[in-house]
Amino acid sequence: MQYEFIFAGFGGQGVLLMGQMLAHAAMDEGKKVSWIPSYGPEMRGGTANCTVIVSERDIGSPVVGSPSCVVAMNLPSLDKFEDVVKPGGVLVINSSLVTREPKREDVTVVKVPATDMANELGNVRVANMVALGAVIEATKVVAPDSLVAALKKNLPPHRQNLLPLNREAIDKGRSSV
Amino acid sequence: MSEKLLMRGNEALGEAALKAGCQLYFAYPITPQSELPEYLSRRMPEIDRVFLQAESEIAAINMVYGAAGAGVRVMTSSSSPGISLKQEGLSYIAGAQLPCVIVNMSRGGPGLGSIQPAQSDYFQATKGGGHGDYHLIVLAPASVQEIVDLTILAFDLADKYRNPVMIMGDGLLGQMMEPVSFPDRSDVVLPEKPWATTGYTGERPKNIIRSLELQPERLEAHNQKLQEKYADMIATQKRSDEYLTDDADIVLIAFGTVARICRSAIDMAREKGIKAGLFRPISLWPFPDESLAKLGDKERTFLTVEMSCGQMIEDVKLALECRRPVHFYGRVGGIVPSPEEVLDKIEQIVAGRCEA
Repeated sequence: MQYEFIFAGFGGQGVLLMGQMLAHAAMDEGKKVSWIPSYGPEMRGGTANCTVIVSERDIGSPVVGSPSCVVAMNLPSLDKFEDVVKPGGVLVINSSLVTREPKREDVTVVKVPATDMANELGNVRVANMVALGAVIEATKVVAPDSLVAALKKNLPPHRQNLLPLNREAIDKGRSSV
Repeated sequence: MSEKLLMRGNEALGEAALKAGCQLYFAYPITPQSELPEYLSRRMPEIDRVFLQAESEIAAINMVYGAAGAGVRVMTSSSSPGISLKQEGLSYIAGAQLPCVIVNMSRGGPGLGSIQPAQSDYFQATKGGGHGDYHLIVLAPASVQEIVDLTILAFDLADKYRNPVMIMGDGLLGQMMEPVSFPDRSDVVLPEKPWATTGYTGERPKNIIRSLELQPERLEAHNQKLQEKYADMIATQKRSDEYLTDDADIVLIAFGTVARICRSAIDMAREKGIKAGLFRPISLWPFPDESLAKLGDKERTFLTVEMSCGQMIEDVKLALECRRPVHFYGRVGGIVPSPEEVLDKIEQIVAGRCEA
């Protein structure tokens, strides 16, 4: 079984981190993983995305044409990646910022108001973890505990105080699915 | 081996260099390898080693020349345009028979080109680059773990042959994160370097390092000595890997990132009943021609896939001595081919719709 993800959003929404945390969690579960960022002449406030593959066997191409899951944290990301989701795949949409309905009918659409939920938690910056919670609930790619453990392991010492908030964000995202 | 860490290719390469005993690293930033100097600028002072950001790529390679002459393990890195600037220094270092490691996380060219991945520096890396009859050993990793393993090997081979060794990656490999573990090398003893210019005290003959030799007879003899060294590399340092080649009717040849993409395309082709396989050169120089020639003993079709307009294909054709058809598929400008488009090319070839 192989899962392929594209996480996409504005620079600053933490989309690269979402992918990294998922990769860490899956690696610690003993799975094969790869993570690649889109890199280029990016500008502040522009779009960012990363590709993550989680597999039971050695990963061939780290580049994916049609991923099994796309996470669109904003409208430009939905516009760019909606068409490439594998038929039968999962499309996770941050419905707080995406103002239109998705066109695809052959994929499972998961709408999660990630930005609003993060604001309710008191910190808009955990919108990424809300969305990631929804992703792991919808795909079952890793266990929630593995994700929390990955955060704990990789948050720098001066950010460990944010662990409970992130855990709450993940739970909120999961319960929205 | 250490526990598994999730690391970027560029950073893993830096850590591997430290594990290999790299004492000095001279760098100049350029995308897509800048995470390597960034990482080492933090790590090297922590363990009392020297990180120095030079004023240019040319300065950096000449600092490498000096440090290698003093007998320490030393490295520099850059990406395509910066590697071009280093070519004069590389020729001097090869001529002076000094060990060092050069990293090229290559990007689209020619000229300043783009910052996206490419493999169009193959000719430069394997056929010279600088002037004179010299060779680099060129190693092409295809995963972050292999970056680690080959970087350590690169330092060992550089010392063994007193010759520069190049790690040839690309922007994607440098940026990609994958799990890696590092070997424990705490008890590794590095080779003695009695030839190094460590200061003359009268206890040994004077050591002189130079690439200038104005006497034609002596320069010819020096070249013959270099050629003997290259002959030994050709005899013992060819490296390659194969995937599902045994029963393959069509064999893809690709290195680095592209080999990974071809592997996925091969899996897709196999699902469609096409017997495809992969031959992956790990050493680009010396090119693993004998192993490839063996695959050519059977009636098969070959397809070279590169992120260039067709450079390695020349070595593929030489290895196969034109006994078999060799097709080509390439993307350039920083575009990474998708497994789907490689599969499409395989299907066209199998259906007889392509001229080799």
